[in-house]
Parts: sequence; structure tokens; C-alpha cells
Amino acid sequence: MPSLTVDGTRVAVPDGATLLDAARTAGVHVPTLCHFDGLEPWGGCRLCVVDLWRPGWDPDWFKMVTACNHPAEDGVKVFTATERVLETRAVVLDLLLARCPETPLIQRLAREHGIERTSYTPNPEPTDCILCGLCTRVCDHIGVSAIASVDRGAGREIAPPFHEAPPDCVGCLACAEICPTDCIPFTTSNATRTIWGRTFEMLRDPATGEAVITTVQAEHFAARSGVPKTYFESSDSSKRRVMAETFARLGQAK
Amino acid sequence: MRIESRAQFEAVQAEAKRREEGRTQKILVCCGTGCLASGSKQVAEAFAHEVTERGLEAEVGLFVKTTGCHGFCERGPLVVFQPSGILYTKVKPTHVAQIVEKTVIGGEVIPRLVYKNPVDGGRIPQYDEIPFYKHQTRVAMRNIGRIDPTDIHDAIALGAYSGLARALFEMTPEQVLDEVETSGQRGRGGAGFRTARKWRSCRKAAGERRFVLCNGDEGDPGAFKDRSIMEGDPHSVLEGMVIGAYAVGAHEGYLYVRDEYPLAVVNLTIAIADARKLGLLGENILGTGFDFDVRISRGGGAFVCGESSALMRSLEGKTGEPRAKYVHSTDKGLFDQPTVLNNVETWAGIGAIIQHGGAWFASMGTEKSKGTKAFSLVGKVKNTGLIELPMGTTLRHIIFDIGGGILNDRPFKAVQTGGPSGGCVPESLLDLPVDFERLTEAGSMMGSGGMIVMDDRTCMVDVARYFLAFLTEESCGKCVPCREGLTQMLHLYDDLIAGRGTDAHLAKIERLAAGMQLGSLCELGKSAPNPVLSTLRYFRDEYVAHIRDHACPAGICRDLTAYEIVPEDCDGCHACFKACPVDAITGVTKELHVIHHEACISCGACFDVCPNDAIRTFPKVRLSTEVV
Repeated sequence: MPSLTVDGTRVAVPDGATLLDAARTAGVHVPTLCHFDGLEPWGGCRLCVVDLWRPGWDPDWFKMVTACNHPAEDGVKVFTATERVLETRAVVLDLLLARCPETPLIQRLAREHGIERTSYTPNPEPTDCILCGLCTRVCDHIGVSAIASVDRGAGREIAPPFHEAPPDCVGCLACAEICPTDCIPFTTSNATRTIWGRTFEMLRDPATGEAVITTVQAEHFAARSGVPKTYFESSDSSKRRVMAETFARLGQAK
Repeated sequence: MRIESRAQFEAVQAEAKRREEGRTQKILVCCGTGCLASGSKQVAEAFAHEVTERGLEAEVGLFVKTTGCHGFCERGPLVVFQPSGILYTKVKPTHVAQIVEKTVIGGEVIPRLVYKNPVDGGRIPQYDEIPFYKHQTRVAMRNIGRIDPTDIHDAIALGAYSGLARALFEMTPEQVLDEVETSGQRGRGGAGFRTARKWRSCRKAAGERRFVLCNGDEGDPGAFKDRSIMEGDPHSVLEGMVIGAYAVGAHEGYLYVRDEYPLAVVNLTIAIADARKLGLLGENILGTGFDFDVRISRGGGAFVCGESSALMRSLEGKTGEPRAKYVHSTDKGLFDQPTVLNNVETWAGIGAIIQHGGAWFASMGTEKSKGTKAFSLVGKVKNTGLIELPMGTTLRHIIFDIGGGILNDRPFKAVQTGGPSGGCVPESLLDLPVDFERLTEAGSMMGSGGMIVMDDRTCMVDVARYFLAFLTEESCGKCVPCREGLTQMLHLYDDLIAGRGTDAHLAKIERLAAGMQLGSLCELGKSAPNPVLSTLRYFRDEYVAHIRDHACPAGICRDLTAYEIVPEDCDGCHACFKACPVDAITGVTKELHVIHHEACISCGACFDVCPNDAIRTFPKVRLSTEVV
């Protein structure tokens, strides 16, 4: 169980924990954009950079690392707000603000780092997509991989294969829900759901007519989990009702 | 036949040597990619045909051998004669009959095919007396140009797999590691990590499988050393990999070769098949019970896949993007198993290190950078090509003695080393001994061993912009500082070369460069500002001229440069008139020509063709001030 300090606070964290975990344990806030608990750390946004010092190093020698994916090691010291850490975060946010000049989340984070307006050339075609990769990673994680990042460098974007309606998409909305800037458009009703250019039929609760997930999604989850597809049919209110009835019966039995 | 004992290996070696000795006269035709493009295949066929026609093979033991790259690509097709040691350059199939008649049979030198030294115009017939070759010491490239890369027995005759035999028959894996440690060899892919240290940590790491990989994804503009090694002596790479696998305890390996190197893929494929047949690869190597096999994986054309973690992801069948390397690939690399990844040139040196001993390798080079290093010498230099030299050789020696100096005897301005992420080293540092430390101190790096020589007609702002544009294209785009930073850096440079730069641009460039160095995920992004910072460090006055005077001192940036004809130097040859793509030049033959600025697009075509140097550049800004 590694023991380390974060901005002077000593914490002990479980084996396999990251510096970000350690910072949280110490009650120190480290900003992140591409991190999501439960998904493998990615280290793409670079917002969570911190300075790291290892025993044996010169006292004034630090290594800048990303907290989200650096293992917490015994005896190290982590500094989350040194001058160069804040400067590097400011450069990152300045660049992101140039890419996404109209995105509220980026505007707010930039303002927190003293940037009101980008010092670089603003994107002539403003976008809300910060390319954090959360959408594609969550899609991979649930075993669908319907979307991916395509092209590289400045041309990088998130898209389905060949920019066509993705055949593998199950319409689960995980990508849209996880997106920190809400930039993946979708519509949903009790009848149909549309995302990435595909329209899905909803699986309706036979009792209430409410729909929670798409038929394809229910099939995908049923196949992956072994749980019968009918399990996914019940809407929240149906489940609550079943639960209430069960408890009521239990109460009567007593 | 599979070799199953040391005695059998020695018998195969002796037989190969005997065959080679039987070939009393040899014609070595370079069939590297450069010479092939110049038509060397036809030359080799013509020689083979001529030799058969005349029955020379049986008569005098004459043998025509197609070899890998001799390095001197700009003079190709190259043909070397043994034992006389004569080198002919730019040989055409039509020369062949005469060459066989006069040189091979008559022992006479044909002067017009002999290398002409661009420095003094003298003809040098002997291969090893030509300055380009004379100063070289070849380790990784020891057999290139001497063997037929598709004939394993040819390689064995010259010592290939002797190091492997020594390792397997005489040494424990631990002793191999010690020998490599004694050699002091450091990775030739750029970073210069100690080979032995990398191998040791892989050997120690826990894992079910272990991998040995070869990085043949050479992508730097102007660099071609790895290609030449894979094409010209694939066995040196395989031998190194088997030895490495033995040392770290791996049984599986991959060669990651960029797909733009088709000849390398072909020659490696042949080499692997031949090595398997002889029992030098595969199961029970040389009968020692050690198993190791390799497979070739062809890259998809992304520069970033030369980065170790991106390469491994690509091998796994995923998108080639780097990951954080806080856990080393020697612990968790390919498929999360302990992995050693070395560059082609590193592997090619291993066989020689084991064969001749680590101390031999360590006797060359400098205190911290041992052995020799291959460089691709290109740009505005008289002799361009591939060279290998001891570490610590000065830039001056490389550029002026081996390279023969600057093309057209123009003044030297800078040499760009280490590929797109390297830096520009100025004239004041020409006596810098080239090794890992000195180049890094100078703000550049060893990188892939690319050396691009630049003359005074080079704008350093434009050079930095060129490399930024390359990296902007090649950045994978995963992390913000590299993807967005390069895009914005390029915007800033576009302003500079168009005369829109201000002092604020310089401040922004420096701040962004620092942010990219600290914040980027992988070395591509971290080192991307190197061309920016090194040109700012050594050629800041050129930036200032672009900003304050709206002038490009080298006369390269089009928006800032105008051209004029110096009346007293123009003899009316009309060459500029013909070269101008926009009809901006008027004049008739034998009379003074004039450039019309309103039509001129500052392309410099006239400047390049003028035989009298009668065209000069001046800052375009002067045109508008003159009008006022």
C-alpha cells in the first residue's frame, strides 16, 4: 500500500491506485477532461499534469506526469499546483479554447486558469468536440466499437466507419451521455431513438408502454450478460411497482 | 538442411567461404533502392548476359553479384570490381560490353566512368580511396554492398551468424548481456537508451510470454539508413534479434517495417525463410534447443508508429497511438508482456559485438557514446549518401571531408540533425563531435541519424515551418498540446513568413514551445518544438528581420522577397525568360532582361537557372516604399 504526499498531505492508497486517486484521497482537486472512473485512463487531455518527485532525486528536480494514469508509488511527493504545472494547464486550456471558443465547459475551465480569450487563432469552424475520446472508449468498453477516432493530427475527428450510419451501433446513448461537452446529438422517445444517423426501435414495457432502451441494445446486453431480454423490457416504474408488490407480499406473509 | 551442431555450422561456413574464394573475379552491382531507380537491374542483367555469352564464369571464375546499397546513391548505378577495387559510377547497360572487354578482361580503367571528385575535379578509380568511403568505419553496415542480400551463404561466408554461434555455443544469456553491456551500445533509434539495460529489465520482468521487436518504421524525411540495412543485409538484423531473444529469454519476435519499403520486406522475407531452412531461426536453433521465430508486420504509413508504444499498439491491430510509458515496455509492452524493442541499426550491430567482443565496439566512439553510427547525409552537400562513422566524428569532418563541402561552393549555414524533431546546428558548432550528449546540448538530437545540410539560400524560419508542417500532418492527434499546439504553431509561422509577424508572435511561439515540451504525451510532441527552439537560439536575427524589417534575409519567403536582374551581369542568355512560369520577364536574346514586379510571383525559377548569377533578391517591402 503506497504512502505518498500530495501537496504536503500524506496519504496511503491501495496498490494499483493512480496519482489522481491519491490526490482525491488527499482532498486535492486536479482538473480532468478525458478521465472517467471505470474506463481505462487515457492521458490525452493533459489537464491533470502534476509534478512528481521521487526519493533519491535532487530536491529541485521534478518530472511532469499525468495524474490520471501514473501509478501511485511509495515515498513520492506530488505537487499539483507548481508554477509550471499551472502554466502547462493554461497552455492546454488556451489551445482548447481556440479549438472550442464557444463551449461553456472549456470557457469556464479556461477562466479558472485566468484565460478569458484565447491567445491563438480561434477555430474558424467552432466545435464542441474536445477529442477527449470518452465516447469511443465507452463504446469499446461496452463491446460495441461503433464509432472511432478517424484521421490524425489536426484532421482527427470522432466518426462512424466511412462517415456512414454505423452498423454496429446499438443506440445505447453511452457516447452522448459520457460526453463532457454534450456534443453528440440524439433524439429519443418512447417509440424511436435516433443517433449517428440511425433510427432504432425502442423496447417498450408491455405493462406501461414506456421505453428505456432500444431493441438492439437489449439484444446486445442479453447476449453479453446472459440475462434474458425480457429483463430489459421493464421500465423504472414497472420495476418499482414489482418491487413494491414484492415487499407488500412479504409484509403480508409476516 | 538444418544445422544441428557447431561442427555443422562451421562446415556450412567453410563451404560458403570456399565458394566465395572460388569467385576469383567479382562484379558487384548495387541493387539498392536508389540504384534500382537509376536502372541498376538492367545493368546487372547486362553483365550477367555478357559474362555468360563470353563463358567467363567458368573461364576466369568471374561472378556477377547484385548487392545492397553502397550508400553513394546519387552516383548510381554503382558497380565495384574485385579484386581490383575499381568503382564505376552512373553505369548504363550500354557501357557493359565495353567494361567487360576493357576493365574485366583487359584490366584497364575507363576514365569517364570513374568517380570525379567534386572538390578538385580529380578522378579516383579505387573504391576505398574515395573520400566518401575512405573515412568510414562500418559495423552495422559491415556487409552491405559486399553480399547478395538474398543469398544466406554469401552472408555466412562474410561472418554472418558467427556472433549467434558464439552466443549459443559458448555463452549463457547472462554472459551475452555482460558482453553487450561492455560494448556500451546505446539504441540507434534516437533516444540512446542503453541496450544492455533495456534487455536486463526485460529479462527480469515477470510475464508468460516475452517479445523481441525490431523497429523498421524509419519515417524521418531524408533518413534511409534502416532501409539500406534491411535491404542490403537483412541477416545482420535477424542475427541480432536471435541473440537478443536468447539474452532476454524470448521466443517470439516481430519486424515492424514500413510498407513504403517494399524491397526491405522482400529481402527480409527471403532471409527469414532461408534462416529457418538452415536452422538459424525457428525451433531448436543450431541444435541448441533454443526456439525463436520472427514475423514481419508492415506499417500502415503513420510516422507516429515509429514511436515505441504506438508501434506496439499497431502490432496489436489497434490504432497506432502512443500511450503513457510510466510502466516500461520491458515490463508491459506488446500484449502487455515484457518486450524489447530496438532499432534496425541497433540489432544489426549486435552480431558484430558478440563476434568481436564488447571491448572492440567500446574502443570506438566517445566516453558515453560508443561504437559507430550510421548517418544519411543529404541536402546541399556535394557527396550525398549513407555513411557510418565512429561516434565523436566532428560535423566539419562529415560535411566537408566526407560530404566534399557545400554544393556549388556556397557558404554553409546549418545542418539539421535528428529528423523533424531534431534541431539546426549552426556554423559556429561545426567542430562539435557528434554523439548523443553533444547533439542534445546543442539543442538538436541524434534521432534517426538524418543530416540535412543547408546553404545560405536557406531561410531558417521557413525550415522550422517545414518541419512543423510535417509534424502537423503526422501528429496522431491524441493529446491536446501536440495536436492543437502544432496547428497553432503553424499559424504563427504562416504569419511570420507572410510578413505579418510581430514581437508578440515570438513570445507566443516560445510559450507554446515550452508548453508542448512539458505537456505532450509522447516524444513526437515533446520534441516537436526542437526545430523552432534551435533556430530561435542560433538564428534569432532572421526571425527579427522577418518581423521588424519584413524581409527574408535568405531571399526564400515569397511574400517578402522580390527578384531583380543586375544589368552589368546579364548577358541576355534568355534562360530566365524561358524559366519564368508567369511571363514576368521580358527581353530578347543577347540583350538585357527585366523582371516585372507586378507580375512576378517570387518563385525563384529564374534565380536557379541563371548561369551568370545575374539575378539577386531584395526585400519586397522596398517596392512599396519606393512607390511612396
